[in-house]
Amino acid sequence: MAEERRFRSASGAPIALRRRQHSASCRELAVRGPRLQLRSLSAATSAVWLAAYGLFALSENSVVLSAAIFISLIGLIIYLHFVKIDQESLLVIGSLGIQLTSSYASGKESTTFIEMGQVKDVVINEAIHMQKVIYYLCILLQDPEDPQGVSEVVPLFQSSKPRLDCLIEVYKSCQEILEQRKTAPQSS
Amino acid sequence: MVLKVFFPSCCSSADSGILIGRWLVEQSSAVVLAVVHFPFIPVQVKQYLGEVQRVTKVTISVLGSWSNSKQEKEEGLSEFLEDLGTIFSHEPWIQISKEGDSKFWSCSTLQKHSSSPKEEEVILVYYDQRKVMLSNLHPPLDTADGRAEDASKLSAIFSTVARSRVLFMTDRYDEGPIKLTHWQSEGVEASIIVELLKQASVPACMLLTCLLSLLSGICRSRVLKFWPLSFLWSKLSTCEQLGHRLQHLQVISSNKKAQTQTLLMRKANIFVSLLIDVSLGILLMSWLYRKNRIGHLADTLIPVADHVAEELQDLLQWLMGAPAGLKMNRALDQVLGRFFLYHIHLWISYIHLLSPFIEMILWYVGLSACLGLTVALCILSDIIALLTFHIYCFYVYGARLYCLKIYGLSSLWRLFRGKKWNVLRQRVDSCSYDLDQLFIGTLLFTILLFLLPTTALYYLVFTLLRLLVVIVQGLIHLLVDLIDSLPLYSLILRLCRSYRLAAGVKFRVLEQQDGKPLRLLMQINPLSYGAVVRTYRLPTYSCYPKDSWASLCKKLFLGELIYPWKHKGEKQD
Repeated sequence: MAEERRFRSASGAPIALRRRQHSASCRELAVRGPRLQLRSLSAATSAVWLAAYGLFALSENSVVLSAAIFISLIGLIIYLHFVKIDQESLLVIGSLGIQLTSSYASGKESTTFIEMGQVKDVVINEAIHMQKVIYYLCILLQDPEDPQGVSEVVPLFQSSKPRLDCLIEVYKSCQEILEQRKTAPQSS
Repeated sequence: MVLKVFFPSCCSSADSGILIGRWLVEQSSAVVLAVVHFPFIPVQVKQYLGEVQRVTKVTISVLGSWSNSKQEKEEGLSEFLEDLGTIFSHEPWIQISKEGDSKFWSCSTLQKHSSSPKEEEVILVYYDQRKVMLSNLHPPLDTADGRAEDASKLSAIFSTVARSRVLFMTDRYDEGPIKLTHWQSEGVEASIIVELLKQASVPACMLLTCLLSLLSGICRSRVLKFWPLSFLWSKLSTCEQLGHRLQHLQVISSNKKAQTQTLLMRKANIFVSLLIDVSLGILLMSWLYRKNRIGHLADTLIPVADHVAEELQDLLQWLMGAPAGLKMNRALDQVLGRFFLYHIHLWISYIHLLSPFIEMILWYVGLSACLGLTVALCILSDIIALLTFHIYCFYVYGARLYCLKIYGLSSLWRLFRGKKWNVLRQRVDSCSYDLDQLFIGTLLFTILLFLLPTTALYYLVFTLLRLLVVIVQGLIHLLVDLIDSLPLYSLILRLCRSYRLAAGVKFRVLEQQDGKPLRLLMQINPLSYGAVVRTYRLPTYSCYPKDSWASLCKKLFLGELIYPWKHKGEKQD
């Protein structure tokens, strides 16, 4: 079953949270950010080309024009493939682990899988970002030597930065599955 | 706990039979390695598994039953499969059944001795057996005997499949009591070229080892260890590079098989790096000798050296006059200027003496480019060092003079204030001087102070020239290091067979149906290119300067000689 709700990000942009329950111990939570707007793309391209025309008028060298086309193409490819994240999703499989996926605008997906044995807890933390204080969700990883210690903090949803209401939904879903591993009877 | 069954995707269409694999108790997971088909005799199956267990040291057992019925479900078959559970006692007994062409299988477990009778959830994870067998998880956990009972569950699964290689050696065409289905059951695959290369590599390695031992014997002979020659060898970067490559060749030609994955990758990287280096060197050589370019190069070398010397003479004339409007001390200026001019004159005479032989020397030296592009670049760096030797000499003279002056000034300044440097306690102490000591000290201090601008200017000019040469040589060495240390084989492997270098796994949720177990697909998440280069970088012989910018500036200010790079093995002053 899948349901989708609209929320806002920390900077005010509209984002959508989609929740899917695949089975009793497997849930997928995906946060989708705003898509690339045609407006901003054409604005950036026109700015670069106008600047190139201005330089061409000054220097009478046509290399400037071809360089501008080249730069705008390469810049667009780099932006789509490395910078613009469309969707960030969290797949929680009880007793296996937690998988984080970021999908870029060009279709590239970068995935990290954290085994359940390494996960200590999932918490909502506060951080100072530029001039604001924002909430973010993070996974605390267990320190192998010290059972009470935390070895690493993995922040989630870093590019979409949802607000507290969205984070609370995600937090509740995760905790329901994480609790199962505490209450599940250990095999003798 | 939730039961996880790792099922190989190649066995999805296998006929009914029993499942064999490994049961990981602490994770409650079953790793299925193969399916044994009917008919079989249980005793023979147990015997076979015992043999496999002895060879691979992996606890393989019968995990459950698999029924693939193309028509409707047969009642008798399911009871038969349950009875098998009593013959091969395994706790829990897993029963997977597939009907027709349906994607959704049903999976149930039989627990005989369990305390809680409730139905536990089952997760079915499909994996590609061949890829998981061949891949290596990073960071690698190299333990002796492969007994890796680690906290990481995934590495346990990977090592189970990797170590059970001998199980996959029998295919369905073999005549034997057991009929298995796994990824190689359609016939064991091998490549003729790879086998031929393996056979040919043994005598090739032995030949190479003999040649190399001969070569290293010559290199280590006493004749080459006499003082002037050994000093020369240590200063020329070409010899360092050749020694480094010789070491690499020795690593490749050793006949011991590489034990761990890292050693194997290192050998492969060295081999590919040497191959690319030599081919690029031969390409360069053919380009140089094609239109007698090397003759042209030799012809332009002497005029370039002359031009550099003339520029230096002009510079010295400028310094001897009023450089940048500054007023120099005339006498000291003339002395220093004439000294350096005479030095340049000597240098030019030596170069002209050598000029008839330059072309021949260069022609033969250029032949050594076939040993590799790195050797050619090192030779270029050495030629630059030799041609600018006079700049190096001037820098040393200027620096020593300036250093002496600075130390003298600081010591006399202390005398001026009535203090002294206590060598025993390494600190400044007060001291009462006699009148004549004070008089002479103050006089000398004044002289040194007013001569400081002249010496400082000469020092500045020659230090800048020396730094320029050092930067050019440094860039060439950087390029050589890059070619030396880049792990090309690992990068090509990451490009073409990305499943071999695994950073982890990723799961994809497949179509679900209510009431059936959760279906996941486990795929290999390859290592990123940056991590590949970081993990498999080959070590090089040069260590980059550990001096920070602050200490470099301090050394320049005090006039201490700077050595921009030190090679490992040289004593640090």
